[in-house]
Amino acid sequence: MTKLVYFAWVRERIGKPEEDVVVPAGVDTVADLLVWLKSRGDEYQTALRHPEVIRVAINHEHVDHETRIAGAGEIALFPPMTGG
Amino acid sequence: MAGPVLPVVRLQAEDFDIGEEIARLTTGNSDVGAVVTFSGLCRGEQGSLSALELEHYPGMAEAEIARIAKEATERWPLAGLTAIHRYGKIRPGENIVLVVAASAHRQAAFEAASFLMDFLKSRAPFWKKEHHADGSKGGWVDAKESDDAAAARWKP
Repeated sequence: MTKLVYFAWVRERIGKPEEDVVVPAGVDTVADLLVWLKSRGDEYQTALRHPEVIRVAINHEHVDHETRIAGAGEIALFPPMTGG
Repeated sequence: MAGPVLPVVRLQAEDFDIGEEIARLTTGNSDVGAVVTFSGLCRGEQGSLSALELEHYPGMAEAEIARIAKEATERWPLAGLTAIHRYGKIRPGENIVLVVAASAHRQAAFEAASFLMDFLKSRAPFWKKEHHADGSKGGWVDAKESDDAAAARWKP
């Protein structure tokens, strides 16, 4: 099981703050994960319509979309940050 | 100086006291010759905004600010460095963020504070949602490309 956590409008559009998923074989990278998630329903399709803007962190560290997700405990998906 | 100082990083819902935070870095440390503070406040946008709601990623927000602060202490000769970021509902005129950088001389303190803020804005996992004064539905604040550009200028 992999824990997925969502923030800001990604969370609102998907409709939940987090979930545990079993990532299917062949979903190796962050980019693959975003494609697979989009296939899971309209809410995911809406949230991830523009995957290139989605920022991703694995185990609390920023990663790019080419990063492999094997062994990830927690994967976070969120929009560009607006703190400060 | 005996190696980089350990930065202080805090996330909190409540306000902070800038004077207290400066004193924390300077009291008993007579080597400090310069203190730079930056505080970011919530703008009212000509009365149209009733509040900003600051969402954050608990765990990662602390870790990311600590990583940026540690880099600052390795890059500049600092006597102290503090970063405090608030979360939750913040009203116009209230504080959102504070950076305090202390050093022997002003240049390191100015640059470290600026560096920390530039990276905090583009890499610390916080998101602002607007609440409108007239009760209409507010939205998420868009990230600015100028904030990414501000961070990029520090690349060695």
